[in-house]
Amino acid sequence: MVGIGKVLEEEMRRKKITVRQIIYHIKWLCNDANYYLPDNITDLLEEACEKEVSSQGKEILKNILDNADVACGGRFPLCQDCGAAVVFVELGQNVVIKGGDLRDAINQGVVNGYKEGFLRKSICHPLTRKNTGNNTPAVIHFEIVPGNNLRIVVMSKGGGAENMAKLAMLKPSDGKEGIANFVVKSVSDAGSNPCPPVIVGIGIGGGTAERAMFLAKKALLRAGVNSDKEMAEFENELLGKINGLGIGPQGLGGSVTALAVYIEMEPCHIASLPVAVNLQCHSVRYAETIL
Amino acid sequence: MKIINLPLREEIVADFRAGDQVLLNGVIYVARDSAHKKIIEALEKGDKLPFELNGATVYYMGPSPTRPNMVIGSAGPTTSGRMDKYAPELLRRGLKGMIGKGFRSAEVKKAIVEYKAVYFAALGGCGALIAKCVKRCEVIAFPELGPEAICRIIVENFSAIVVNDIYGGDAYEEGRKKYVQYEIKK
Repeated sequence: MVGIGKVLEEEMRRKKITVRQIIYHIKWLCNDANYYLPDNITDLLEEACEKEVSSQGKEILKNILDNADVACGGRFPLCQDCGAAVVFVELGQNVVIKGGDLRDAINQGVVNGYKEGFLRKSICHPLTRKNTGNNTPAVIHFEIVPGNNLRIVVMSKGGGAENMAKLAMLKPSDGKEGIANFVVKSVSDAGSNPCPPVIVGIGIGGGTAERAMFLAKKALLRAGVNSDKEMAEFENELLGKINGLGIGPQGLGGSVTALAVYIEMEPCHIASLPVAVNLQCHSVRYAETIL
Repeated sequence: MKIINLPLREEIVADFRAGDQVLLNGVIYVARDSAHKKIIEALEKGDKLPFELNGATVYYMGPSPTRPNMVIGSAGPTTSGRMDKYAPELLRRGLKGMIGKGFRSAEVKKAIVEYKAVYFAALGGCGALIAKCVKRCEVIAFPELGPEAICRIIVENFSAIVVNDIYGGDAYEEGRKKYVQYEIKK
């Protein structure tokens, strides 16, 4: 039997986070994500500006960087499509949420962020197309992790690029070549639609179909080099092929179609090789906080 | 760079070639998915449209909310392909210009040639920059659609690129052909 002292000690170790704090932070994350293009993305765009061989393409990339300046200077959304609010929550198992329901708090934060930040509400009934009016429900991905932190990432995902998402249940024998063909074709078919230059998120494996798409979405949040050396090389190979498609900035022709290719991989079923592609437009919008 | 005063006329449109950069000045009507559906329904019923279609230029856009003392919120183009279903009928009835982003269907491209119109691309994902050239904005129909309401905007030096011209030119296809290094295996 666990003594009462032990129980109290455990209780003391738990970190208390109020829903009030969560609502407040989600609101600011929604705003920050929409006004401020992350520094790692402006670095990639500046690099792309150097590399782009089309003079019109170069000009477009400069405009994209100018747009980022205007947006953060005037607290103007980077893009009028302020996206669906996708919220990644990593909840430490020692955290206790006080004062209400975590899901409600997240949605309330999104409501406040989109209202007070003059962000466009883009969520509607799928059939009647009636707008819910406050950009909720948010898409929330919960993950329970060790520790006593609550990490929240808010991603504002625009519809134009999200519409180009693709999933393939390949045969295990298709291997890397099959994956490469599927990914490059997906970007090729999307052409000018997802506002290139894009970031290509790829989910490989995962036990089931929806897991692969989640991995592709999660991949979009990465910054920097893949720690898996083989996958880092594969990302480079895919980036080379994609940039060889000639689609270019805004699809008007050029040598920079993608800024980066990011892969997330997990084990899968012995019968399957799920591969998902989730495209992110150049207007990458996410912000994070740790409570 | 061509400076164009709207509304468009056939002789102006005839001068456009795919890939041309233009600066548009004048009145543009903002309409996207739900507004297009309503326009087509009104046409079928024989109702009066909220704006004169003949010679008009439509911008596929749904702005973010306007801050106090500002003209408009962020105002970049949305993907045009979703309006492909409606565009040929509107072109047949006199619509001269369309502004958006992304490629059009074969039917729309054919209608652009047949009815002498033009499709421009604006800078996708640069809504903050584009908002600076919008000098006036008023909702003229379907306010209940929120960001999908029809607006009349007046623009100054609105930067756009001719994608589809009356000669069948397509700036996306031509641009891509010029820079392609890697062909996909069929």
